[in-house]
Amino acid sequence: MMEIYLDNAATTKTDPEVMDLVTRVMTEDYGNAASLHKKGVDAERYAVKARQQIADTLKCAPKNIYFTSGGTESNNWAILSTAEAYVRSGKHLITTLVEHASVKNVMEALKNRGFEITYLPVDENGCVSVQSVREAVRPDTILVSVMAVNNEIGAREPVEEIGEMLHSKFPQVLFHVDAIQSYGKYRIYPERSHIDYMSVSAHKIHGPKGAGFLYVSDRVKLKPYIYGGGQQKGMRSGTENIPGEAGLGLASEIAYRHLDENNERLYQLKSRLREGLMALEGAFLNGQADGSSAPHILSCSFEGMRSEVLLHALEDRGIYVSSGSACSSSHPSQINTLSGMGLSKARQEGTIRFSFSKYTKEEEIEETLVALRDLLPLLRRFKRK
Amino acid sequence: MKFSSFLIKYAEIAIKGGNRKYFENALVTQIRNTLKYVEGEFRVIRENGRIYVNALSDYDFEEVTKALKTIFGIYAFCPVLRIEDHGFEDLEEQTARYMEEMYPEKEPLTFKVEARRARKDFPVDSQTMNREVGAYLLDRFSWLSVDVHDPDVLLRIEIRDENINIYSREIKGQGGMPLGTAGKGMLLLSGGIDSPAAGYLMSKRGLFLDAVYFHAPPYTSERAKQKVVDLARIISRYAGTIRLHVINFTDIQMAIYEMCPHEELTIIMRRYMMRIAEHIARENDCGCLITGESLGQVASQTTDSLSCTNEVCTLPVFRPFIAFDKLEIISIAERIGTYETSILPYEDCCTIFVAKHPVTHPRSEKIKESEEKLKDKEEALIKEALENDEVLSISWHD
Repeated sequence: MMEIYLDNAATTKTDPEVMDLVTRVMTEDYGNAASLHKKGVDAERYAVKARQQIADTLKCAPKNIYFTSGGTESNNWAILSTAEAYVRSGKHLITTLVEHASVKNVMEALKNRGFEITYLPVDENGCVSVQSVREAVRPDTILVSVMAVNNEIGAREPVEEIGEMLHSKFPQVLFHVDAIQSYGKYRIYPERSHIDYMSVSAHKIHGPKGAGFLYVSDRVKLKPYIYGGGQQKGMRSGTENIPGEAGLGLASEIAYRHLDENNERLYQLKSRLREGLMALEGAFLNGQADGSSAPHILSCSFEGMRSEVLLHALEDRGIYVSSGSACSSSHPSQINTLSGMGLSKARQEGTIRFSFSKYTKEEEIEETLVALRDLLPLLRRFKRK
Repeated sequence: MKFSSFLIKYAEIAIKGGNRKYFENALVTQIRNTLKYVEGEFRVIRENGRIYVNALSDYDFEEVTKALKTIFGIYAFCPVLRIEDHGFEDLEEQTARYMEEMYPEKEPLTFKVEARRARKDFPVDSQTMNREVGAYLLDRFSWLSVDVHDPDVLLRIEIRDENINIYSREIKGQGGMPLGTAGKGMLLLSGGIDSPAAGYLMSKRGLFLDAVYFHAPPYTSERAKQKVVDLARIISRYAGTIRLHVINFTDIQMAIYEMCPHEELTIIMRRYMMRIAEHIARENDCGCLITGESLGQVASQTTDSLSCTNEVCTLPVFRPFIAFDKLEIISIAERIGTYETSILPYEDCCTIFVAKHPVTHPRSEKIKESEEKLKDKEEALIKEALENDEVLSISWHD
């Protein structure tokens, strides 16, 4: 059976070029980057190179890049470090209702430690407004954290504009951007956009799992939250994950090498799928069309369907997608993007996310549409009475 | 202290008269099978109507204890200190050393010595030994006092042909009957809390288990199936290898949904499950069906509903939880280690196939009438489900 992988916002297939490099590091240059001998020096070279490759994509200095275990760690670190280092300046943080759990749940943990969190609402397309950020800032605000691209519906948040606004109106407030879904799709330059922290994960861009980085601007007072042998300037101890870092560096380079052609292809795939979906009965697209939303994520609600059932039915045909979150409540940490956008419960429960990558082929989109045309009427015969 | 032996105590087997040997053999086999996976070398022997596990090498006491605690049929077991016969004075000295090491807290304790002289040429007889050793210990340890009726410590000394056994501590085992002595049962297993624990309880009475799980893709996920596999593996720690039959139930479920009254969905589904389970049970030499049903817990577990699902099969259906409260079932599930897995969120019945208001007092005639509409399809549907039976062999040690 043909395998059609349309869940690239969850994770991506590793690029063979990256895999070769990772394998080489593991088999030949397996030294500890901290060792004094040649093996250590050889290993360290990979870290230096990867840092440079990443810095080139961000137009920043390599020293601003810290390697982490992935997106979750980067998000945690940026927020927790700010809370610790800037607590004397204030205990107020601002974020949105549609952030990933690795931001939202850190905010909730801080709330339990006496911090105040403002969750900004989003419009029907899942976007937060610069205006609402401006209005939420207080004298005791220490951090604003907004994602660049929403992982559930692909909405693009105005992070550059927010950075600009904060810089001109509230220069003392730090700005964190979760760029996990946008890195490799958009060119965001943190210095130019006045971003102080930026989180990225390797496995979303065809790199290995267990690797990521946090960009940290020069003005930030950074605190370590893992202590040990003092690696990475004492900020992030632990033997360096050289295979992961090397893989991340190369994956970053590759992602930006053909970024424009890739994006154009992704937008074509996306608009083909949109078109096909709109021709189906009872299919409702979530979020905005094209340009203003990410090229690789498309969210669609199917009337009278439970997304899990459709997901498993597609799985049966070798098509892998993701379901929109099912639960919703009034608790900020429980509100997902879909409920935040004001989608009804029934709509939310029937939501499927399709997400593409450079490996997605047009015939796979066609195949998926054929499967949906077959399955929907069949599955709709069975509903809860 | 190093115990070179464990004395295995079994309660019910002892009263089985002519069958005793059969039960003992089953237990010995089970102990051997279990200890195969424990580090160290052991010999399991029957001697003078008792079962001993003798350690022939170093071993981890905790690991052996844990293993013996999973074996049905063991009422209790005692770690035994084995010494060589170097005369009575040496025996007294060794006994004192045993007491010192076993009860290092030196908290006040009452005790009683119970000696047995199986080898009659030992110079001191049992009565004298009880007295003398008791006096010797009282003399040595101020924290000890005698209580012959209800002692905290019953110290046993056995003079045997090759050596002398000293023991006092009794560790509780599973109880129940050795695996296989009651044949084999077919467990209707779901991802819930009740059915895995019900399988465990029936296996404790000596049943090997086969299990059947009804899978309904795309309405239930691979994860729901994996959860059932994981549960079967936890039970197999006690019940031995389990053959799990995974039946694809989707087509039958959809046929019922389309042809039968909605409020009767669950009851009719249960009837088909019982029919299929009985069929597989007979093909696999299972003498009974086992379910986790508990009277009144849900609509399909009222007396009327149970009678309605019961009537489609002829094998006895064992429902060990019929009179248990949910909390009592949960406490058993927690004890055997299935609870945490059971409460994972993956559902094994999609709510689409659950009526909001199911019948609670179904009448058999009415249900049969509803099933009539399925009659011409029924045979083919069941045949297909049985033919696509996926069988997994699940063992704790895999």
